Amino acid sequence: MIRAVRNYFVFLGRSAALAFDGDWRYYAWLGALTAMCAIGLNAYSHQLVDGLITTGMTDQVSWGVYIANFTFLVGVAAAAVMLVIPVYVYGNEELHDLVIFGELLAVAAIIMCLAFVTVDLGRPDRFWHLIPFLGEFNFPGSMLSWDVIVLNGYLVLNVYICGYLLYSRYRGQKPAKWFYIPFVFIGIFWAISIHTVTAFLYVGLGGRPFWNSAIVGPRFIASAFTAGPAMIILALQVIRRVTAYHVPDRALLTLRSIVQVSMIINLFLLANEVFKEFYTDSLHVASARYLYFGLHGHHALVPWIWTAIGLNLTAMTILALPISRSIKWLDLACVCAILGIWIEKGMGLVIPGFVPSPLGEIVEYIPSWNETLICLGIWAFGLLCYTLFLRMSVPILLGTLSQAGERNLVPAPATPRSDLPATNSAH
Amino acid sequence: MPRPPGATDMNENLPVPPSPAPEPASMSRRSFLRGSTVMAAGVAAMAAGLAPLRKLGDFGSVDEFLQAHYNELSPDQMSTVLSRIEGEVQRQYGVRPHVRDLKAMNGVEFVYALNLTRCTGCRKCVHACVEENNQSRDPAIEYIRVLKMPNGTFDMEKGDHNYAPESVPEPGFFYMPVQCHQCKNPPCVKVCPVKATWQDPDGITVIDYNWCIGCRYCEAACPYFARRFNFSEPTIPKEQLNTNMSYLGNQPRHKGVMEKCHFCVQRTRAGLYPACLEVCPTGARKFGNILDPHSEVSQILKHKRVFVLKEEVGTLPRFFYYFDV
Repeated sequence: MIRAVRNYFVFLGRSAALAFDGDWRYYAWLGALTAMCAIGLNAYSHQLVDGLITTGMTDQVSWGVYIANFTFLVGVAAAAVMLVIPVYVYGNEELHDLVIFGELLAVAAIIMCLAFVTVDLGRPDRFWHLIPFLGEFNFPGSMLSWDVIVLNGYLVLNVYICGYLLYSRYRGQKPAKWFYIPFVFIGIFWAISIHTVTAFLYVGLGGRPFWNSAIVGPRFIASAFTAGPAMIILALQVIRRVTAYHVPDRALLTLRSIVQVSMIINLFLLANEVFKEFYTDSLHVASARYLYFGLHGHHALVPWIWTAIGLNLTAMTILALPISRSIKWLDLACVCAILGIWIEKGMGLVIPGFVPSPLGEIVEYIPSWNETLICLGIWAFGLLCYTLFLRMSVPILLGTLSQAGERNLVPAPATPRSDLPATNSAH
Repeated sequence: MPRPPGATDMNENLPVPPSPAPEPASMSRRSFLRGSTVMAAGVAAMAAGLAPLRKLGDFGSVDEFLQAHYNELSPDQMSTVLSRIEGEVQRQYGVRPHVRDLKAMNGVEFVYALNLTRCTGCRKCVHACVEENNQSRDPAIEYIRVLKMPNGTFDMEKGDHNYAPESVPEPGFFYMPVQCHQCKNPPCVKVCPVKATWQDPDGITVIDYNWCIGCRYCEAACPYFARRFNFSEPTIPKEQLNTNMSYLGNQPRHKGVMEKCHFCVQRTRAGLYPACLEVCPTGARKFGNILDPHSEVSQILKHKRVFVLKEEVGTLPRFFYYFDV
């Protein structure tokens, strides 16, 4: 037992040591991200001192880019299942090890989500009021309490699955199925639930007709399964470029078909929503009209949403054409899809829900400089986390960091290996 | 081709090996020093980023941090809390207030009725409310919003929130004050993740300002734009502070928490009318106990043609509007 604990700590220690070791390019990258984090932290310190007045939010538009980014990133986290399902449900061996990269992305995304909701709180020092049993947890009444549970649960599930698989690989052991397969399947449903619950945060509000629509949940899922795998496609290419890890093109193309189908569904659902709003043409169309065309001379969101629609249509066109089998075009489609959906979910969903206000007042929202720096800081922090996770996990998956290596203080000469990573032997 | 940073950084001068070399079992002294330096630099950068926090002085005491939810406080704990608040107010404003914890009375359910025929849009209620309830003057927080509506419509998008003519009323318009409707089915209470807002037995939805985490979900949920958030530390001139306070009512708030109209609990639970009613020059505002069949509001609800705002959202407001004719 003690030995097992000791082994585990040696593993953690070696991984952590590795995370801060690399060549100058790696340090430059870490340095840049750390600098951005420090700038974000500085901006957040100003917000703590002066209050949320440092943001662009008002009583009329009481949620802004923090909640917008939060909503988008919940989708990215949920999309990790788009790698899990092909592997564990359909037995696609190609993507097997890549699942870990997807799940680590989910972990980084959830960390960012939690950071975004924390910076949105007026009294973050009272976070303990949210802890079940310790505080006063309004469960099951408040959808926000559901969100606290599903997000933290999802974080734990993914940390556990990744940690277990990586540690098994490090020790050169076959992972025991009963120790992780059930959690993988729980994780699939859990991933859907995190984004559904996040959609229900909005859908449940009868006083906000723009959100109070049953299609918001399905739209969230469709857009998440577009932007998330698109992000994984880009991440995998970075991995194969800067590490020795081999990611086959076929894996990227499998993800391509997921992005392709999801994007089509996403735009179809969007068309449904637009039809319902504008054909009905009731008073409830005000928010949608404000978003797409402007209302009573206020147009702040119009350029945003048409940019998003343009990007999404471009992405869909590229994806529908055979040219997207070439990686360059695929990358372009992915970048368009990510940006398009980020706008659509953020400025295009959160903000118009508040405009006009329930009393018909139009107050526009523009994120402040300080607010923007905090967002950039959190994104940098998420990227920093993902970088460190990859720096630790890639050598383990390659077999270059293993328990066998512990005994040799002098590194052994490189053993000849095939270019392909060892497949996980769990199957 | 650039050497991947993920690979080991020994053998700098050798050609790139065709396959990844193992990570060193233990770090060399050089890489350990380098790693530690990088870590230290990162930590130092973070510490430098936190520098503005030195100005952070008003986030409350340890006692406030550890204070339990309103409904969990014993009478003893409550009196400790009340005297602590009195001390805090005295330190901040130089006057000692009288802070009470007024509970709902038995057999009472408060209802408000507002006569749209009589309202002239003078906004005296708005200002009386600010003074009574110790709202922040800068930034200005007001619980009552008066809409100037053109005759012939109830589409609030056509309402004017910022009207400022020489004198009111203006012909062709009617005026509609909106404040918290103290709903019987309040969406704000349902969505609060920490039960910081709830409906008391007399029908008033109150907020525990010392428990609210400031997520603003209630503000998003309210169909009447009744809630106000303290985006910065409220400012009230010392000489204008109302020292007759109640815990769930007009005790001074701090930045980062929600507030709203509570039918002046510090007055109405002690047998007085709300401040907005007392100041109204036209008698447009009526308030009372709906459980008493002889009360003014009971008579109005029985004999006048009353309506509520946005009945379709199912919030069942306790705030009724009516016309005289």
